[in-house]
Amino acid sequence: MIKARRRPHEWIGEGAAATAALITFALTLAIFGFMGWLAMPLLQGETLTTLFTSVWRPDRGQFGILPMAWGTLAVALPATLLAFPLSLGFACFATHLAPRRLRKTLKGLAGLMTGIPTVVYGFSAVFLLVPLIREMAGRGSGFSIIAAVLVLALLISPTMILILISAFEAVPQPWQRCFDSMGATPEETVWHLLFPLATRSMVGALLLGLGRAIGDTLIALMLAGNAVLAPTDPFGPARTLTSHIGLVMAADVESLEFRSVFACGLLLYLLIFVLTLLVRYLTRRPAA
Amino acid sequence: MKRWRRLLLHGGALLSTLGLLSGVFFFLGHIVLKGMPSLSLALIFGDTSPLKALLFTQRVFNGLFPAICGTLCLVLLSVVLALPAGILTGVWLSHFGSGRAKALLSLCIDTLAGVPSIVVGLFGFSFAILLHKISHGTVGPSLGIAALTLSVLVLPGIVRNTQLALAAIPRETHLAVSAMGATPVQAIVRVYLPMASPGIFRGAILAMGRCAEDTAAIMLTGVVATAGAPYALFGRFEALPFAIFTIASEYSGPEELAQGYGASLILLLLCALLFGLSALIASRFHPDTP
Repeated sequence: MIKARRRPHEWIGEGAAATAALITFALTLAIFGFMGWLAMPLLQGETLTTLFTSVWRPDRGQFGILPMAWGTLAVALPATLLAFPLSLGFACFATHLAPRRLRKTLKGLAGLMTGIPTVVYGFSAVFLLVPLIREMAGRGSGFSIIAAVLVLALLISPTMILILISAFEAVPQPWQRCFDSMGATPEETVWHLLFPLATRSMVGALLLGLGRAIGDTLIALMLAGNAVLAPTDPFGPARTLTSHIGLVMAADVESLEFRSVFACGLLLYLLIFVLTLLVRYLTRRPAA
Repeated sequence: MKRWRRLLLHGGALLSTLGLLSGVFFFLGHIVLKGMPSLSLALIFGDTSPLKALLFTQRVFNGLFPAICGTLCLVLLSVVLALPAGILTGVWLSHFGSGRAKALLSLCIDTLAGVPSIVVGLFGFSFAILLHKISHGTVGPSLGIAALTLSVLVLPGIVRNTQLALAAIPRETHLAVSAMGATPVQAIVRVYLPMASPGIFRGAILAMGRCAEDTAAIMLTGVVATAGAPYALFGRFEALPFAIFTIASEYSGPEELAQGYGASLILLLLCALLFGLSALIASRFHPDTP
């Protein structure tokens, strides 16, 4: 084979693509690096131990971010656990159980739902859901964990639905026809074929949904009340790591209070990284 | 399968579908019903005459015009910043990258896609601090920094969409292009990228939607409640989602509340338009994707 001499545009083209790839790679590391760099003064010596206490008194030099970590869990976990079965039901309905004419519409709706701005949900819920919860609970302001959980579940379900739908559609058509021809009802196909084959993708969808729930800022910030308390009461307030970052905007950039925000960022980044690794591990191999 | 279990499964699926859809209609219906009456020219331009506002000769004080301008500038700037890097990274991943480097970059993009927008905002903010120190106080949190931050946020989406669009090109095309003697870069620039352009365009539109709706990242990088129409690349600015957020937390009367509903409706319509457009492109060029 005769190998042609590489012309300049080849070098330029490949070089440009490689540079862009390098930039993307560097950005991912840079986010981690910046968080680490700015949180550094807190991560050394004894302040590190105060970071993992439950006392947030910046005026006394106590920067415990544990209440916020619990707050994130108290909001994100129930929201994911509520949204997952609903999304699973929606995905089953949209792919197999609904009348054929309806399926395409339902899938389209799920796609559109991902595009609804978070802040619009938040705005609507502040004036609609919060008063409702205040009346139902009969105490407090209504800005509560439960309000945030309900709206967050609605917010993350479209993401899960889309992943589940694509997982269900990846199950080979011939197998599904096989089930049909043996007289299986659509429900039986779902239960005995789709669920066993798509288990890994289902767990992946659950974890990705959890990641979105952990990372969301606006819903918790607008609806969860934001008090620095270890969350105990579903009708009480909580502050998540994300809304904590949004709330603490001290003017003094050198203060330790401000540094603690970067520790929260670092924690969130690591959480998401672990979730990403898990999801990749789960969805790498084909489910069959 | 027993009859009652089948009914349970079917009923459960139906109920969860109805539950989710009614939840969405509950919240959005509220916005549409309350927002419709307040939609008017006065909502956008306040007391200023629309013509003078559009020519930027007079500042708009009690309307949404500055926020809308800010959001449009932000969306355009960040997509313009993110597109070249995103497309080239996608090209590298699907044509040049191999082995461990490719796997590593792929992991990076997955991570970047999951990083909460407020953490990306925090990154943008610390970058602004760095610039502030280097430039001795002339550059701080501003429109340019916010656009840069948002472009980091939407980069992974653009990369993934480019990759998907390139992967959908049939094998026959690859064979034909090689048989004609095109070099790799010629093939990419003249054949593959034009063929993949609908998919890439769709990715860009989805990225625009994300930029228009994101609040957390710009909250830390220079958005303020009142700044007027965007005046400089390194100046403070207003944005639609942030205006909605501030009205929800500190509105002072029914008029401001009505403005909040109006702003929500405008943002909702903008995002619906962008997503509708992307769905249209998808159904026009790739009929089998949802």
